[in-house]
Amino acid sequence: MMFDPSHAICDFTLEAGEPWIHRIEAGQTFRIVDLCGNQAVDTFFYNADDTAERYSATDTIVGQRNIYLSAGTPLLSNLSRPMLTITADTCGRHDTLGGACSTESNTVRYALEKRYMHACRQSFLRAMIHSPYGLTKRDIGSNINFFMNVPVTPEGKLTFADGISEAGKYVEMRADMNVLALISNCPQLNNPCNAYNPTPVRLLVWQGGK
Amino acid sequence: MSDGQSSVLWEESLRGGSAWSHVLKRGTALRITDIDGGANVGALFLNFEIPAERYNLPDTLKAQHTAHLTKGFALYSDMGRILCSITEDTCGWHDPLCGHANAESVAAKYGEARYQQHRNDFYRNSRDNFLIELEKFGLTIRDLPFNVNFFSKVVVEEDGSLEYISGNSRPGSYVELRAEMNVLVVLDTCQHPLDSDPGYHPKPVLLSIHRVAPPDADDPCRISRAENARGFINTERYFL
Repeated sequence: MMFDPSHAICDFTLEAGEPWIHRIEAGQTFRIVDLCGNQAVDTFFYNADDTAERYSATDTIVGQRNIYLSAGTPLLSNLSRPMLTITADTCGRHDTLGGACSTESNTVRYALEKRYMHACRQSFLRAMIHSPYGLTKRDIGSNINFFMNVPVTPEGKLTFADGISEAGKYVEMRADMNVLALISNCPQLNNPCNAYNPTPVRLLVWQGGK
Repeated sequence: MSDGQSSVLWEESLRGGSAWSHVLKRGTALRITDIDGGANVGALFLNFEIPAERYNLPDTLKAQHTAHLTKGFALYSDMGRILCSITEDTCGWHDPLCGHANAESVAAKYGEARYQQHRNDFYRNSRDNFLIELEKFGLTIRDLPFNVNFFSKVVVEEDGSLEYISGNSRPGSYVELRAEMNVLVVLDTCQHPLDSDPGYHPKPVLLSIHRVAPPDADDPCRISRAENARGFINTERYFL
């Protein structure tokens, strides 16, 4: 049975280039909807009661022995504890190795002159500065890129491939502890993964699971 | 002096299961040699002057379109600068993906061996080794996002699954890291988290530090790709 958006306790549309920080209680269900298709949603999770505990890409991929996240994946913390579990996924798989773009990494990847362009880590720092949780740059660990496709080959190459998401695809997860979700709706204009067109996403939270 | 042997400043062996930390100065290089074969060396890299700048796994992979590390690759910080470059490597594949084991996973896999009964052969784990060394520099778990696993190989199959390849590193294999900044290096010689050996058998390595020339215009790491040329420019500008 689908959750009904009219019963959601949070229903927010986040424009590209904007951050969002929100507390999700244990047992609540969180859904991210890719409204227009192939939009990268760069996401951190922190233990809301002790932010030194945070989402860890390496613990998560070693825990399930697979680099792609999808339905059934427990999202593990840097203490190797489940923070949330993905309960539904109409996209198929999500990336956790591609990281979040920054003005500095853009100078390396594209051109020194690209420093002025808006980037996820600018959004993360802005959200941290203006929120009451005491988060700083040291808390920028590893993140999930929902709806992004970053295949790794058996020969050890990493590629940015065309997206496998499309308008209306969504991913849903149930919180296993009280978490802070910190999201940057990615503003990247240099990468074909979003067809050079960053678009809004919809964020919903429901009380309780299915 | 690419073999570095005539200018060794310091040589030290590191037992299996131990931790080590040192501020590797710009203009020096650290060679790590797998003495017996089958070693794993977990490694953290932070800018010693501004530790909030540290090794960033995704930035390193994305800039170089790679999911493994070997000679010619650079280890990027989150600030678009190069902390260390890999100037020599006789092993061929080092794992950047799999992080490290912790007290619970080590106890679950190998059981427990405490100091009272086993003295310095007690079982240690990478996470505590890292955290103890970081604490000596006033740093905490917030400063521990990513580590490299030198000498270990994990292949990502087409479906995304991870396969640990045993026997990746032969006796005498070495890797050399040239410091491009003043880098706090933390090393750990516990086993890889996916090591297929069911027993606790961490392997020793030999560390040696020697002086090296700054990377010139034709440096293989600099010219290996356009991204690295820009990474070196960013790094050199930091010292202006």
